[in-house]
Amino acid sequence: MREMALIVEKDDVVEVRSSEDVVRVRHEVRSRAATAGLSLVDQTKLVTAASEIARNTVIYGGGGTARVQMLRNGSRRGVRLIFEDQGPGIADIERALTDGFTSGSGLGLGLGGAKRLCNEFEIKSLPGEGTTVTLTRWI
Amino acid sequence: MSSVEQIPILKIGDCLLVSIQVDMHDRLALALQDDLTKKIVTTKARGVLIDISALEVVDSFIGRMLNTIAATSRVLDAQTVVVGMRPAVAITLVELGLALNGVRTALNVDKGLALIRNLIDAGDGVDRREG
Repeated sequence: MREMALIVEKDDVVEVRSSEDVVRVRHEVRSRAATAGLSLVDQTKLVTAASEIARNTVIYGGGGTARVQMLRNGSRRGVRLIFEDQGPGIADIERALTDGFTSGSGLGLGLGGAKRLCNEFEIKSLPGEGTTVTLTRWI
Repeated sequence: MSSVEQIPILKIGDCLLVSIQVDMHDRLALALQDDLTKKIVTTKARGVLIDISALEVVDSFIGRMLNTIAATSRVLDAQTVVVGMRPAVAITLVELGLALNGVRTALNVDKGLALIRNLIDAGDGVDRREG
């Protein structure tokens, strides 16, 4: 099958610095996911995943940004979220993805849970340089 | 919506009723947890009903708040029941890995109040607290 070109149709940036911003991210992602045509369950999954990662950006990353993109790949539509911070980074990504592991006071479900709630998931992190988490949910 | 800084807690008989109508930021959720715990003690409530039918998202933070409220109320001799969870939220919570093991649930407020009544009656019927 011929690879279709991935087109980013819309690309918005949201500040993620406070717990109020986490709520704003949830609303922005909900609105984009609905516009993209994701089912109600898939919208809820993506918004929940976004909430987990946005909270990590605030608590562990010291704040950062979220990019909310609407994607088209041929007839396929989706939403991609890119969370970026310049925080201390994740020392051991494998361990951070394990359910129940937390370096803070949370439940340790954030990263692993968010990964299960979307179709594509990628973390890039370098100690001292920050963390980028990319989530994509397709229709 | 996020400008709301307190979630109202209503007292009906020996129960406390909370209907969460806004998308709570984390500090608001923690404030609700504290307010409810204090109110259980000051009102000597035996039941706590939390209506989440307006919530479009329950993430691990809100889930943990519900777990904590249920556990705290139990220690204070009150029964907590969460009602009105949306189907999409239920599916997402399970996939997220949050089982809400310690939280009793019912489909709506009527069934929730009936469940609280049953749980109270099924106890020893004696209020062990003094005062």
